[in-house]
Amino acid sequence: MKAILSILKKEFLHLRRDPRLFPVIFISPILQLVLLGYAANLDVKNIPSVICDMDRSAAGRALIDDFVNSGYFSIEARVERMDEIDRFLDHGDAVMAFVIPRGFGDRRAAGREASVMIIADGSESQSATIGVNYATMIAARAAQSIVLESFERVRGLGVRPVLVGSEVRVWYNPELKSRNFMVPGVLGLILMIMTTVLASLGVVRERETGTMEQLIVTPIRPYQLIVGKLLPFVVIGLVDATFVITVARGWFGVPIRGSVPLLYALCLAFMLNTLGIGLFISTISRTQQQAMLTSLFFIMPQILLSGFVFPIENMPKFFQVVTHVIPIRYFFIIIRGIMLKGAGWPELWDKTAALLVLGTVILTLSVARFQKKLD
Amino acid sequence: MKALPLAFIGPVMRKEFRQIRRDARSLVFMIFIPAFLLVMFGFALNFDVKHIPLAVVDQDGSRTSRGLVDKFGTTEYFDIKAVLDRTGEIDGLMARERIRAALVIPPTFSEDLLAGRSPSVQFIIDGANAMSGTTAAGYAAAILQSYSQRVTLEALDRRGLGGAVRPFRADVRVWYNPELRSARFLLPGLMAFILMVILTTSTAFSIVREKERGTMEQINVSPLPPAALIIGKLVPYALISLASAHLVLALGWVLFGVAVKGSYLLLLLMMVLFLVSGLGQGILISSITRTQQVAFLISVLTTILPTFILSGFVFPVRNMPAVIQLVTYFVPARYFLVALRAIILKGVGLAAFWDQALFLAAFAVLTLALSVAMLRRGGRDRRTRRAR
Repeated sequence: MKAILSILKKEFLHLRRDPRLFPVIFISPILQLVLLGYAANLDVKNIPSVICDMDRSAAGRALIDDFVNSGYFSIEARVERMDEIDRFLDHGDAVMAFVIPRGFGDRRAAGREASVMIIADGSESQSATIGVNYATMIAARAAQSIVLESFERVRGLGVRPVLVGSEVRVWYNPELKSRNFMVPGVLGLILMIMTTVLASLGVVRERETGTMEQLIVTPIRPYQLIVGKLLPFVVIGLVDATFVITVARGWFGVPIRGSVPLLYALCLAFMLNTLGIGLFISTISRTQQQAMLTSLFFIMPQILLSGFVFPIENMPKFFQVVTHVIPIRYFFIIIRGIMLKGAGWPELWDKTAALLVLGTVILTLSVARFQKKLD
Repeated sequence: MKALPLAFIGPVMRKEFRQIRRDARSLVFMIFIPAFLLVMFGFALNFDVKHIPLAVVDQDGSRTSRGLVDKFGTTEYFDIKAVLDRTGEIDGLMARERIRAALVIPPTFSEDLLAGRSPSVQFIIDGANAMSGTTAAGYAAAILQSYSQRVTLEALDRRGLGGAVRPFRADVRVWYNPELRSARFLLPGLMAFILMVILTTSTAFSIVREKERGTMEQINVSPLPPAALIIGKLVPYALISLASAHLVLALGWVLFGVAVKGSYLLLLLMMVLFLVSGLGQGILISSITRTQQVAFLISVLTTILPTFILSGFVFPVRNMPAVIQLVTYFVPARYFLVALRAIILKGVGLAAFWDQALFLAAFAVLTLALSVAMLRRGGRDRRTRRAR
């Protein structure tokens, strides 16, 4: 115990030596959270659009009004000819265009099917897909209301249109704010990045500066050295988690519906993994530069394959299987569960078990490697 | 400052190259990590919201209600993961993220339909994931709408009134990426994201390492001007990352069929500007920090999440609040992304993105000039301290 304490003291002394470290460790998570909490917004509204009405009929104008009044599109320009649309999309000044072709009104009046053209900039990932969905829905709805009107006129025939309505209930996040989804995610990411990065340099720095030799000749046991080295990072992680949770709750109003002690306990279970990975990187690297590049190699796939932004169920089967060894995948379900859904032990025990198993494996592996290095 | 003494740059470059060569793993990582990540993400990720796991509670249990359930099950948008007896079971499944949505058909559904009353089903969404939630609601509405239409048309047919015509249809055209292929969406963003992180981290240690090892003192007392030091350190990494960026481009073409539609020379110009910006950010971090640990932390914190979220890769910049939009001007990947999409996917010329090129160049010059200023100050401080 005494040995661990003295290592702890030494580690904290090291951490204090660079006066820039503490601001980076404690202020940057808050800064990141605030920035990203505001920026991570997928609520697509006001998609910049161009309107090209070549028909100038009442029917065409009515349809255009449906698009404009929906609130999803902001009209950047109205043009006369199709080729004028090119410039707007080429320069990225507009993402969508609505074209009412010549003869739209005439065809409608003659009872024949008319068509409206919806153009989307396919290089603008999200907005295009969402915009096309909105636009086709608006068009379909407009078409349906025209059909319904014609039914009204033939009511005498005894046919009534049937409309299966849907009563949509949104659970956990009734206003569907993306912020409530992203902010807990940022907590997981910051916790992972901070602790993995710090731990990955922990051992390799001693080796690079040559002080590892000195530690080896002391009577300290390897496990004491590891505990003493990793504990400060656990403390840092918990303090960061507290900051982030406080800002998420106090500033962004993200609810915490579940138990806070459980959240902290599971943060610890998660850090078992991140610190384990960090320590592992540290044992396989010779220089700090190597450790840094290796940790990126571990961190970046975790971010993108975790379900943070890209849903796991849309990945090919192979990658869905791969995600099972990514600890943050389970942690995301845990934080969202506790914060937004009020989930507790009955819902989360299996995710916790996964975290504990993965964490134990990686930590054992790196301790084993570490011992071999000491000999 | 006198004219830049070019003679100094050569030796610094040679020394830097030698140092890079000595650490084979780092060199391999700098060149191949971007390619590896691109291939992996290119295959793994897409923006589609499909296969949303759905639970069904069919309280009606009639042939009609089963028909509606089938309509949900046969689309690629929903995968029916569970058929439940009670609505009470939904809660547990959703909290565990086994399902993201649930469809509840009331007991009177088929009766209402037969009687010509408009019935209503309940559609429950896991709102925690706002994006897939919104999309799921949209899909459900569309499926119900087409279902109603079919039921109505069938009723008309039965009365011999068939052949009703839709008033108009929507004719959707997607430009630049007609099949809406995810790889084409993703590739420019992934390139900018991955390269930015690797660029900044590869130079983040370049100067701080000398400080930590004490060799900075020797450089300070030598007649080497700070600008020559910085350029000498920058060039080797710029060459390495240029190779790495070309590897990424080539793989994007071979594996994902994303060919460069526009001018290669323009692409090269934007690439060089972007590479220097990313490396410049790393050098700036290196020149303001004192330990490699802090340099590493700062470079990871200023690249990974900001590039991912503030560049327009995933979240459109124009949706952000004005203050945050201002912050995005300090994210070089933002400019590169616009230019990449313009050149690779749209094949348009400089006229469409010259402003992005200017911003990028300004960012590169700014970071490098600041690094030079920091170095000069650091050197002077140390010399005066010694003099005292």
